[in-house]
Parts: sequence; structure tokens; C-alpha cells
Amino acid sequence: MTTANPSIDQTDTLPLKQKLAKTTAIQRRRAFLLTLPLVLFLLISFVFPIGQMLFNSMHNDKVSGVVPKFAVAIQSWDGQGLPSEEIFEIFVKDLAIAKKVREVGRTAGNMATRINYEMPGSRSLFTKSARKVGKITEGPYKEALIKLDKKWANPQVWLTLQRASHDISPSFYIAAMDMKYNEVGEIVQADELYQIYLNNFVKTMWLAALITFICVLLAYPVAYLLAILPLRQSNLLMIMVLLPFWTSLLVRTTAWIAILQTEGVINDLLVYFGVIGEDGRIQMIYNQTGTIIAMVHILLPFMVLPLYSVMKTIQPTYMRAALSMGSKPFNAYRRVYFPLTIPGLAAGTLLVFILAIGYYITPALVGGQDGLLISNLIAYHIQKSLNWSLGAALGAMLLVVVLIFYWIYNRLIGIDKLKFG
Amino acid sequence: MNKLVNKTLIAAAVATTMMSGSAFAASHSESITVVSWGGAYTKSQAEAYHKPWMAETGNTIVSEDYNGGLAEIKAQVEAGNVTWNVVDVELSDAIRGCDEGILEVMDHSTLPDGDNGVPASEDFLPGALVECAVGNIVWSTVFIHDESKIQGVDGLTDFFDLGKFPGKRGMRKGAKPNLEFALMADGVEPADVYELLSTDAGIDRAFAKLDTIKDSMVWWESGAQPPQLLADGEVTMTTAYNGRVFNAIASEGKPFVINWDGQIWDLDLWVIPKGAPSQEATMDFVKFSTGTKPLADQASWIPYGPLRKSSFGLVGSFHDKPELDMAIHMPTAPDNFKRALQNDFEFWADNADQLNERFNAWLTK
Repeated sequence: MTTANPSIDQTDTLPLKQKLAKTTAIQRRRAFLLTLPLVLFLLISFVFPIGQMLFNSMHNDKVSGVVPKFAVAIQSWDGQGLPSEEIFEIFVKDLAIAKKVREVGRTAGNMATRINYEMPGSRSLFTKSARKVGKITEGPYKEALIKLDKKWANPQVWLTLQRASHDISPSFYIAAMDMKYNEVGEIVQADELYQIYLNNFVKTMWLAALITFICVLLAYPVAYLLAILPLRQSNLLMIMVLLPFWTSLLVRTTAWIAILQTEGVINDLLVYFGVIGEDGRIQMIYNQTGTIIAMVHILLPFMVLPLYSVMKTIQPTYMRAALSMGSKPFNAYRRVYFPLTIPGLAAGTLLVFILAIGYYITPALVGGQDGLLISNLIAYHIQKSLNWSLGAALGAMLLVVVLIFYWIYNRLIGIDKLKFG
Repeated sequence: MNKLVNKTLIAAAVATTMMSGSAFAASHSESITVVSWGGAYTKSQAEAYHKPWMAETGNTIVSEDYNGGLAEIKAQVEAGNVTWNVVDVELSDAIRGCDEGILEVMDHSTLPDGDNGVPASEDFLPGALVECAVGNIVWSTVFIHDESKIQGVDGLTDFFDLGKFPGKRGMRKGAKPNLEFALMADGVEPADVYELLSTDAGIDRAFAKLDTIKDSMVWWESGAQPPQLLADGEVTMTTAYNGRVFNAIASEGKPFVINWDGQIWDLDLWVIPKGAPSQEATMDFVKFSTGTKPLADQASWIPYGPLRKSSFGLVGSFHDKPELDMAIHMPTAPDNFKRALQNDFEFWADNADQLNERFNAWLTK
């Protein structure tokens, strides 16, 4: 509105306003400077790697990087029969150069690995041919290459090459969703025996939900006790809650192995007291049960602390008031106390669920064969199979799942209402 | 003030000494990092390779452990920050790493002749010298049991016979080499295993055989685990690397028995990650450690067969038990070698991705 009548009080107010604006601007800048290390830290350690991951999940230049001219030329092929002699010639020459230069990340082996993802069993076709391709010095190249290995006459090889020549492709997301390209290049469901990721996503979420639920059941009474006990006792109890926090994650997990294994403490005790026979020892570790028990123990403090911090602020007078006005204890609890604890409960569930969904070390150590989570599969692709793009695609999907849960949560409860401690 | 001056002087003196010290170090001795599989195996290498080499050259070796695979090498090379000088890898990884250009090409003509004067190219067993690697030993995956608990184990079929020998079974987590074991236990001859595994029917058959013991399975990942699992009574039988088991028997007096029926043998080789520092010292170590004597010496610490023919005759007894003749405990000893399968690196280079995917899917079902 000031623009409507700029003359009024201009001489008086502007300098003051400006001064104020100036000082607040300086203050704001100073405040921002203080947060700068954190902002930089987040950028470098969080935003950048996640961006890199998202990029890697779609980007793979292992074909165009190895046979660059061919990657362009093959695009003109209509996918019928075999590519032309001209394209074969470019391919042979590109491959010979790649073999000679041997640049890291740009070798026939890299390309072979990439194609092998989509066409299992084709890896040695590339590596073997690359070793011999230098000998082909003159045309007809198509004939010479097929003479080297008759698999080169299989159109599927060339279809796969054509598809993989695009640096940006959805193929890793397709693999991550248990689908594949068939012989003629259509996207189809993978054979049931090879389906693993979607089932595992569902299992991971189910386990995370179960762990969160058990954490709520265990943590709610503990937090309540912490909140109502006199300071001396509650401090002691608090230390017992926090003690696991001070112990290394690995130590805690291995302690569970010692306790739960078939020759472990619990089984020994049960056998000693005759509850079970020597042959009836219960398998409690290296399976889903082990994963659930160890993860509940490790994640429990993340549920107790937000609950406790909220319960501590609830005045006991509220409950007394409800009771004095004739409410039954359970009703008073349900309608007065419980709603007041929801911010802590919600924060705890969100923390535990999101931590559980991406948990890695504990299931890797005690999960055995059926207690593995999606993060273990991601680790498998990063560490063992070296298919970093597929690992990145799975990671991106996990990120999306977490964001969806966060969004639902925000809609249901409102993220601003959460109290973390 | 005086104090301050004093302090500065001392600091300067210390700095000078340290600088001259490090200059000395740079010109006369180097430090290289040698990476291997840990436990009894690394110990055998330290005794037979590292110590004599350090004594001879004055260089030092930092020994690191890993669980196999190319992940760390790939990460180091692609980041341009290579800290490992020499790595002990399986043949399939040596080939794959070489194909992917993350390993240095080795010039085998510089390898020393055998002690009997035979040139390296003829002294090494066939297949031990590949483009980017020099082989050192033959090792084998076998299955073992505890004789104080069960007796009368006859052959690989018994590993899959839960009726005859109830209890848990241990296997390395992954498709390799369990599919081979499954087929051999199902009556397939070693010579036909990989041909059969190249067909869908063969893969189905292998998984079907594994299905019969799936519910009794404990999976291990590092070589030190299986002897431990057996000692703890967590498993009744388990597959394991023969060298580690032997050491548990010979050094710790464990009542374990190695069953050689259907053993799957493989090579271990030295590779150098591309761009590794101190190339000269590194290559010197590779040449030294794959010489006739170190290879034979290693065999007195662990029963892995040396890959030089000239070493065979020098293999003696266990280092602290002269009555224990090592030659008969090698995977390649004639008695042990009756029904043996060589791991086919090319098959696994082609099919590892797909079969491990199926294996992982199978595990979680």
C-alpha cells in the first residue's frame, strides 16, 4: 500500500524502516553464517550423494563409453534381422580400440558386464571376442565377427546393445521391479524363480511395521513409569533405557547371538530346567525372529525417549480432574491421557519405522536366510555383484517409499505436531 | 619468553630429525599393503612370504584382511585413490578384474626361474599365469564333520542326507559352489557338472537338491566361520576351505574330518590394482613370494598346494609338528583327488549375476 501514496511520512519513516531492515538483515545474515557449516555439511554429505545415487540409477554409459561411435551408429538400425555391415565394421573397430587403450571403466569387460545384466550368459562373448578382435583387419566384418563366435548372429545381442547404448535408461528400475526385457525387447514380468525385490520391499515394510508395533507395546509403559516415578528411581530407569545407546551396535547384536543361538544361554537354560529336550532346542536366531528381537532392542530407546518427553509435560491434574468428574479410569485414560501422548507416540513410530525400514547391520548378522531386508540386497549389489546402478535404483525406490510414508504421516497427524524429545 | 624459544627450538629440531628420517625411509625402504583372506591363511603367507621378504629388502608390509570380491579394488581404482598394493583373489575375480581394466597387466617374463632352473612359464602349472595375475596356490572347498559327534560319513551324498545324519548344515552364502555340490551329490559326475548347469533343467535340478536341506541350512560368509560353527555345535556338517580346517585339526587338536569326495578346487592369485603406488617394490614382492621356496614354505603352514612344479619336492611337514607330512593333505594329493571338480571361472563370470539373483530369491522364499 505504501506505493499508493508515497509522499506521506516518507522523510520520517523510511530511514527508520531502512535502519530496522538493515539491522535485521545483518542479524539474519549473521544467523545464517552460523548455520553455514551445517548447510554445507548437508549439501556435501546428503544432497550431493543422494543426487548422485538418483543419477546413477538411471545413467550407465558402459556401452557408449566403450564403443562410442557404434553407440551412435546402432540407433539407425531398425531392429530387423542383423545390423548392416557398416555398423559391424564400426563395432569391430571401436572394440579393438577399447581393448588397446584399456582405460579404467571403459573396457570391453565393463560393456560385457552391462549387457550381461540384461542378457545373462553373454559376458564371455564380449570379453573373449575383445581379445581376438584385433586380428580382424579387413571386411567383411559381419562374417569375420560371426566366425569368431556364432553368438554374434543372435539378434538379441544387438537389440540389447542398441537399448544399452542410451546412457539414460529405465532398465535398472525395470530390473528392480522384478521385470526384464524378453528376446524381442518387450518388458515382461521376470520368471517367478528370479523375482526378489518387490517381495522383499513388502517384507521389509511388514517387518518394520511389526517392529514398530512391538516397540510401542514395550515402550509405552516404560515411558509412563519414567514420567511418574520420583526423580531418583526414574533416573536409574532412564540409565537402563539409555545404556544400550552407549554400547556399540555390533556388541549388542553379537550379544544377542550369544543369548539366542541354539547352543546359547536361553536354550541351555530351557534344556537345564527340562522345558525342552536336547533335540528340541529352539531356533531363535539366523531367521526372522532373530532380526525382530535384536532390532526391537536396538530401536526401543527411539520410542521411549519421545514418549517420555511428552508424558513428562502432561499434568497429573488432568487425569485427576477427569476422574473426579466421574469418568472411569480407562475412559479417562483413553479420552484424556492418551490423546495428549499422541505427538510423542507419532514421533516415536515415525523414527522407529523409518530407521527399521533401512536397517542393515543387524539383519545382516542375525537375519539368516529369511530375515534379510531390502537394505541387505542393496548392500549386496554395492559390495558383491558390483551392479551399482541396480543398487542405486533400489535405493531410490526405498527413498520414495520413505517419502510416501512421511507424506501419509503428515496428512494423518501433521509433522508440526510431532515431539521428538 | 625463554621457555617459548626453547620450545620452538625443540620443535624445529624434532621436525628436522623427522624430515631426515622420512627422507631416509623414502630412499631405502618402502611400505606396501598386502591384502588377503585373514586367519590361518594370511598367517601362512606372513610366515612364508612377508617375513623373509621384509628381512631381505628392508621394506615393510601392512597386512589387511578382506572377504574376497572386487568391490574394494573397484572402488579404489575408480576413485583414483589406490592404497592396496597386492591382493589375493580367486581366479574368476582375477579374470573379471582384468577384463574391466582395474588390474595391472603383469609381465610374466620377469618372474624368476624355478630353483631347478626351469623358466617360470614352464614351472607354473597350466592356468596359473593369466594376463593380470600370478597364481600362488591351489585351494579347495570340502565338507567337514566332527568325528566325536558323528561317524561313518561316506561321501558327498551324506551331506544331503538328513535322515542318516540329522542336524544343521553349513554352506557358503551364494550360488557358487553350492550348485556344483548339489549336482555332484545328486549323482552327476564332475566332468558333466558345468555342462548341466548351463541348462535350465540343470539349474532346477541343483536347486531342487538344495531344497531338500534348505530348512536345516546355516549360511557362512568368511572362511573363518565354518570351523567355528562346527566347533560350537551349530552345524553337524559344513562346507569349508580345506586349509583352515586342517589348521583347526593340527594346531587346535579339533576332531574334525575332511571329506574329499566331490571337492571343488580353485586357484588363488596375486593381482595388483591399477595405479597402485610403489610399483617396483610391489612387483618385487610378487616375484619373491611366488618363487620356488616361499611357495613350498607356505605349504608347511597350511595345506594349500603350491602352483610351481619345482616346489612340489620341497613340501615338507607341518611347521611345528615334524611327524605331520603335508603332501598327503593337499587338495591335489592323489588320494584326495579321486572325485574333484575344478571351479569353472568362465561359467561363473557369465552366470554369477543371474544365478545369485535366483539364489537370493530362493533364500527368501
